[in-house]
Amino acid sequence: MSASDLTRLTAAELASRIHAREVSAVEAAQAHLDRIGAVDSRVHAFLHVGTESALASAQRVDAALADGAEPVSPLAGVPLALKDVFTTTDMPTTCGSRILEDWQPPYDATVTERLRAAGITILGKTNMDEFAMGSSTEHSAYGVTRNPWDTARVPGGSGGGSAAALAAHEAPLAIGTDTGGSIRQPAAFTGTVGVKPTYGGVSRYGLVACASSLDQAGPCARTVLDAALLHEVIGGHDPRDSTSIDQPVPDVVAAARQGANGDLSGLKVGVVRELGGEGYQPGVRAAHDASLRRLEKLGAELVEVSCPHFEYGMAAYYLILPSEVSSNLARFDAMRYGLRAAEGRSAEEVMANTREQGFGPEVKRRIMLGTYALSSGYYDAYYGQAQKVRTLISRDFAAAFSQVDVLVSPTTPTVPFPIGEKVDDPLAMYLNDLATIPTNLAGVAGMSVPSGLAEGLPVGLQVMAPALGEAVMYRVGAAFEAARDADEGGPLIARVPEVTA
Amino acid sequence: MTTASTHSEPELVEFDDVVARFDPVLGIEVHVELSTNTKMFCGCPTEFGAEPNTQVCPVCLGMPGALPVVNRAAVESAMRIGLALNCEIAPWGRFARKNYFYPDMPKNFQTSQYDEPIAHDGFLDLTLDDGEVVRIGIERAHMEEDTGKSLHVGGADGRIHGADHSLLDYNRAGVPLIEIVTKMIPDTGARAPEVARAYVTALRDLIKSLGVSDVRMDQGSMRADVNLSLSPSGSGQLGTRTETKNVNSLRSVERAVRHEMSRQAGVLDAGGEIVQETRHFDEATGHTRAGRRKETSEDYRYFPEPDLVPIAPSAEWVEELRGTLPELPWERRKRIQTEWGISDEEIRDLVNAGALDLVEATVAAGASSQEARSWWVAYLAQQANTRSVELADLAITPEQVARVIALVADGELTNKLARQVVDGVLDGEGSPDEVVAARGLKVVSDEGELIAAVDAALAEQPDVVEKIRGGKVAAAGAIVGAVMKATRGQADAKRVKELVVERSSL
Amino acid sequence: MTAHSAERTDSGGVITRDEVAHLARLARLAVTEDELDTFAGQLDVIIGSVARVGEVAADDIPPTSHAVPLENVFRPDERRPGLDQAQALAGAPAAEDGRFRVPRILGEEQ
Repeated sequence: MSASDLTRLTAAELASRIHAREVSAVEAAQAHLDRIGAVDSRVHAFLHVGTESALASAQRVDAALADGAEPVSPLAGVPLALKDVFTTTDMPTTCGSRILEDWQPPYDATVTERLRAAGITILGKTNMDEFAMGSSTEHSAYGVTRNPWDTARVPGGSGGGSAAALAAHEAPLAIGTDTGGSIRQPAAFTGTVGVKPTYGGVSRYGLVACASSLDQAGPCARTVLDAALLHEVIGGHDPRDSTSIDQPVPDVVAAARQGANGDLSGLKVGVVRELGGEGYQPGVRAAHDASLRRLEKLGAELVEVSCPHFEYGMAAYYLILPSEVSSNLARFDAMRYGLRAAEGRSAEEVMANTREQGFGPEVKRRIMLGTYALSSGYYDAYYGQAQKVRTLISRDFAAAFSQVDVLVSPTTPTVPFPIGEKVDDPLAMYLNDLATIPTNLAGVAGMSVPSGLAEGLPVGLQVMAPALGEAVMYRVGAAFEAARDADEGGPLIARVPEVTA
Repeated sequence: MTTASTHSEPELVEFDDVVARFDPVLGIEVHVELSTNTKMFCGCPTEFGAEPNTQVCPVCLGMPGALPVVNRAAVESAMRIGLALNCEIAPWGRFARKNYFYPDMPKNFQTSQYDEPIAHDGFLDLTLDDGEVVRIGIERAHMEEDTGKSLHVGGADGRIHGADHSLLDYNRAGVPLIEIVTKMIPDTGARAPEVARAYVTALRDLIKSLGVSDVRMDQGSMRADVNLSLSPSGSGQLGTRTETKNVNSLRSVERAVRHEMSRQAGVLDAGGEIVQETRHFDEATGHTRAGRRKETSEDYRYFPEPDLVPIAPSAEWVEELRGTLPELPWERRKRIQTEWGISDEEIRDLVNAGALDLVEATVAAGASSQEARSWWVAYLAQQANTRSVELADLAITPEQVARVIALVADGELTNKLARQVVDGVLDGEGSPDEVVAARGLKVVSDEGELIAAVDAALAEQPDVVEKIRGGKVAAAGAIVGAVMKATRGQADAKRVKELVVERSSL
Repeated sequence: MTAHSAERTDSGGVITRDEVAHLARLARLAVTEDELDTFAGQLDVIIGSVARVGEVAADDIPPTSHAVPLENVFRPDERRPGLDQAQALAGAPAAEDGRFRVPRILGEEQ
């Protein structure tokens, strides 16, 4: 099999060939490194490529298999792109920020540790909006990532690098983080699959915080089954994260396999009235209507549900997130690590100058917004009220999930937009996350699966499930994917144009 | 560089005059570093005095991505302190973030219980020197984390002012702290300084008895901040308060209150206003000086710590911890008083001398309580004073004191010799038995040796022998003196005198 | 957590240039004059928009600080390996005598 063919395989297929020793893990790694070398100057999905460490990791997998050992995990030897927000001892961790340029962490994130323990080959670190704040990856200090479907357009964000790496076939697997949609929106924009697990489902230890109460790491892949396989590798309790749920990971791989059989009869799918009407592009709405028909065809019963407080989600989110950000990012002060400005006569001045030089405009904007929302005199009206909205949104979900098994909506209101279109209009940019924010506020699970094209660009279907209800979500996602692929004569991602430099 | 501008300081008002015209209101905040094995939120050690930045990890260095996890032992220590202070234990509470920038604080926020403290509404009863009991209301006891330490380089005597740069050591960052805050303490009048000191002393003893901290004010494991305001006598109006920070000894607590009362009265007498400010106590002068004025009022932007989940102690857990409370200091004092048959005043003297633990340990090692008390409050207290150390820091153990007492009781040492033995131990010459052997300090009890010494002395002074024979028994004193000198004081003087009379009549 | 509530929640005109300067000081950001203007305009629009959280959420609604309701998560009081001094200081902009070297500190400890 040729090297270019290796980059077209799903993670599950690639793993089975590696484990059958038809292909070596080193060959798989090299094929993807070569692909990165060929197209990444155009896509710019990666901030750092760890060629040596990737090959060394793959070699260990091959050596163990050669010794007759069982693969250490179902994904042993499969390459992966890691969002540059997880600490890694063998690669820099910059979070897309100048303030952490070249920072080499002295410890591995739990997600990083679990990937290594599973024998997964970490190819490198992917580009992102600075500290995961943004919906286009244009807010990276290291340049924009381009959407492989149309390189004049954004891949979404903040995890645009991870999503673009999948769509450009630079990696079959990636890890993202989702605070308000940063896994799902880029997945929708790139025709890939992205999952935001239940809050507490995947450890946040070593995930550089954006907003602690909303951040959640999750798997990104080109198929639902691949996402499920990766979910099982990274999920599960971690005593180093106090908010980690001490319960078994839902059996998402079995659920994805079950779903692929294509039968959803007996399942109730809630269609959220408040997500999908006004403010959503006609093409997105058309694709969504087609998705609903497809779910019905699979045997699911569609039920319209109302979540009346979702419309306040964005307002609450843009108070809670900046508040936590303003505190989480206070540690970047030039004293212990990271950038230190040359100018300043005192520690205080050097701190302020460093933060001014090291943070980009979106980060500064959110830090000041959060500082404002938490200020004495404003706390009750802003942060306090936002937390009450959070309660109301959770109640909306609880009421909906008492009627239906999963909820669906379009993942995004629009198709990928041109680079530069919204970068100076924060409110317009924030609207990208309209449909994805409520799940983060409530801590429930959500995923985006490719649903079709509008104006020749990918559109995603969002599936939402109750906390720890990932199994049914994967089942629905996999059934939908199988039906869509069957109807359309192959996966959506097969239609991505070849990236040319 | 002087930090207090003396010209702006008011005339100090005589203390008696202050209390004649003003009512002081006290409030005391005490920070106690817990002696847990590990820090509040990570598994790093908490020991004092390690090499800089060797007891650190990503969590307590505030590294990107690191997350806190609460130390169960610290929570239990906090609850035990709360229970010992008769507080209620909150059934549910969260940590909050107190946001402000300072280089010794790795995350630039302090994780602290803010409006949901684990313990609240308790009290502590103090017994003052004259036996009066004062009840101090406890507002709250809450958990938080300590900061790192900064060393200021290039300025005068390590002070922050005039320094060229600073060096940071984060070993202390994240060490668990319990902050204990009193309610307002009114109506103490002239006794305000004494009450403040007695409160901090009682709190120290209480926490020590719980075994949750070594409460060393000299090492900073216990630190007191004293709030004080004055109001015109009988007016009932609350004055503006100042907060004097990090007062580092019991004596300083008393002095700081006394000085601050005189200073505030001086400001008010001069028609000035008390500024609500942080002040610092200067051990050398006994004065407080103003801290830097803040340009803008602090806004700590507290909010619930999202990285930690709420603490909700069950009633069972609280009762289980209540069951682990040791005998508390006041209970213990009562018991000891009964066992030793001593008065209120006597036990108070022992406590004030810092001798109670030592005497009790000496008794436990076999000494009589009377002898043990006598040694510790008299000779050893005097030695501690001469050597300028705390009684407890003298280089002698209660077991060694008990051994000396036993040697005296067995007649192997006289009291005078015993003091020499103790001196030897204090000077590092070894155990009492080793000192006795090395210095040859045993009582000369060999009769033959004594008789020989007496005979020798008699032979040297025949005139005295004549006097004794002539009935002047008092003259024997000179011979006894000579014998004692010859035996280097190691003979039993009474026996020597008997022998002198006996041998001179031969 | 505070006794006061915002007096101005109407949309538009709530954030002045001075207020942005104050926020920047609190947040230790040495923003430029140009940024003061830009941010004042943008924050004003954003705050005007997010202020609608005040429209719902009545007094009887409890606030949610943690999406997943966990309680009593503790760690045993056991030591875990940390970093050695060299690792701790490896990323430091400056170090001296085993400590992090920083410019002189003007403010006082809190």
